Amino acid sequence: MALNVRKDHASRAVIVHAVLLSYTLIALYPVFLIVINAFKSRKGIFREPMALPTTQTFSLSGFEKVLDKADFGTYFFNSISVTVVTIVVVLLLAAMAAWALSEYKFPLNTALAIYLAIGIMVPIRLGTVSILSLMVDLGLVNTLTSLVLVYVAQGLPLAIFILTEFMHQIPKDLKEAARCDGVGEFKIFFAIILPLVRPAVATVAVFTMIPIWNDLWFPLILAPGDGKQTITLGVQQFIGQYVTDWNAVLASLSLAIIPILILYLIFSRQLIRGLTSGAVK
Amino acid sequence: MAHSGPMTDWRKAKLPVFAFLAPATILYTLFMIYPLIDSIRLSFYTTPSGGDLTFVGLENYRTILSDPDWAATFWNSFWNNMKFFAVHMLVQNPIGIALAAVLSLPRLKFRNTYRTLIFMPTMLSVVIVGFIWQLILSPVWGVGADILDIVGLKSLFGPWLGKEGSALITLAFISVWQWVGIPMMLIYAALLAIPEDLVDAAIVDGATHFEVFWHIKMPLILPTVAMVSILTFVGNFNAFDLVYAVKGALAGPNFSSDIMGTLFYRTFFGYQLQLGSPTLGATIASLMFLIILAGVLFYLFVVQRRMSRYQL
Repeated sequence: MALNVRKDHASRAVIVHAVLLSYTLIALYPVFLIVINAFKSRKGIFREPMALPTTQTFSLSGFEKVLDKADFGTYFFNSISVTVVTIVVVLLLAAMAAWALSEYKFPLNTALAIYLAIGIMVPIRLGTVSILSLMVDLGLVNTLTSLVLVYVAQGLPLAIFILTEFMHQIPKDLKEAARCDGVGEFKIFFAIILPLVRPAVATVAVFTMIPIWNDLWFPLILAPGDGKQTITLGVQQFIGQYVTDWNAVLASLSLAIIPILILYLIFSRQLIRGLTSGAVK
Repeated sequence: MAHSGPMTDWRKAKLPVFAFLAPATILYTLFMIYPLIDSIRLSFYTTPSGGDLTFVGLENYRTILSDPDWAATFWNSFWNNMKFFAVHMLVQNPIGIALAAVLSLPRLKFRNTYRTLIFMPTMLSVVIVGFIWQLILSPVWGVGADILDIVGLKSLFGPWLGKEGSALITLAFISVWQWVGIPMMLIYAALLAIPEDLVDAAIVDGATHFEVFWHIKMPLILPTVAMVSILTFVGNFNAFDLVYAVKGALAGPNFSSDIMGTLFYRTFFGYQLQLGSPTLGATIASLMFLIILAGVLFYLFVVQRRMSRYQL
């Protein structure tokens, strides 16, 4: 009897792992296929697409072409600057607003919270016609600043929502003690509250970062010009131009994939903890 | 919202409260709310041959919804969007729920590794994912057929992305492949929040893990499933990037993969011989806004109200 139960458990574990392994394969194999073929000669890509590069088929000609014809360094720099600046601004402004919403009683508090939450459900892209003419008026077309401004507006609603929920959980004693000691309201926020919300920062950073890094729409419309492309737009334009050159296409895709993969594997723990915690329950 | 005790009266700290709220509120209003409202305003105007704005009332809406050419294009993109959404609801969300259920089984080894690896495609840019699949499904390369050959289904392979009947569905499946990690994670988080003693009690009583999931866990995570559904619905209208990367602004073949995002882009910027029109573009955006609003209101007032929430 006991033996049967153990056997049951073992066979169940085998099925569970088979299911998870197959899905993992489905999720990873396409990416793996692109990356291994980027390191092959044209012949190798077409004759043995599923084989790993060998000494006969190994070639870096695609990468040479890409680095020669496109300025991927600049594209990366643009994407990283836009993403980092946006995250810092969103975190600071959203934390300030969330603190005011959760801590102080003022007229229309709830109305303002709802107003700031509209952006969670309405995609900012629907305002593109007016955003473009606004950027033309401000003289910001084809600048990274225009992207940062739009992405900050896009990121704020969800960030404020998550941080407000989080700040409700901060114990009252802390801030009351500080107030009794005569600490000013600004100092309470910057010296006591801001350090306390650090655990929520990962969550907010993830939700802010993914859509910005991957966006094609606003770079295409607001900053499509030479030298201002983000990596996503840069790859899109490069592939549009060299669509028949398989080595170059595969290499440019790999150049866009590999850094993200490395960053993802380093930060996946914080990222997934962020996704599965707090706000989304 | 649950508040922990009475909040501080703002009159004791007028300046700080204003300083905390102003920057976020101003940036958000200027670059999100104002453009949305201004777009709706523009949809009531027209610019005859590049001249000044002229008020035309609902004329733009009448053009798009009843002019034979425009109406056909508009409803084509609308129904394509609905099909795109349906594939996500019927394929992506059930797979996401199933993976979350398996991942939350007790005493599972390598749980975190599986979770990390399965979530990975979600991190890639939509454009990159579009190109990856365009290459794999390309008959020129033939690697898609090779993969199907391994499971003995080579005869099924076809130029799916290039055919009118299958391009849209294929794009929807590519999108499902990329985004399945999001429902998986959200449902997984909801499953983790279920107290263990509830599950243990049922197991002791002889229930199988499947029965526990179906009869105990599923009713408890329904609110999350509903939230995932509305997120899927709204996200659907951002699917421009994938179609544009793989099929271009013309969303071919013969507009069979045209969705509202690509129609909005073409109307605003123009294509081939048709000139771009900001006011007609704004009209399409306003119609998309109305559709999203209808979906969100349905969720808030019909779905959420009928759902029983259990206090755990």
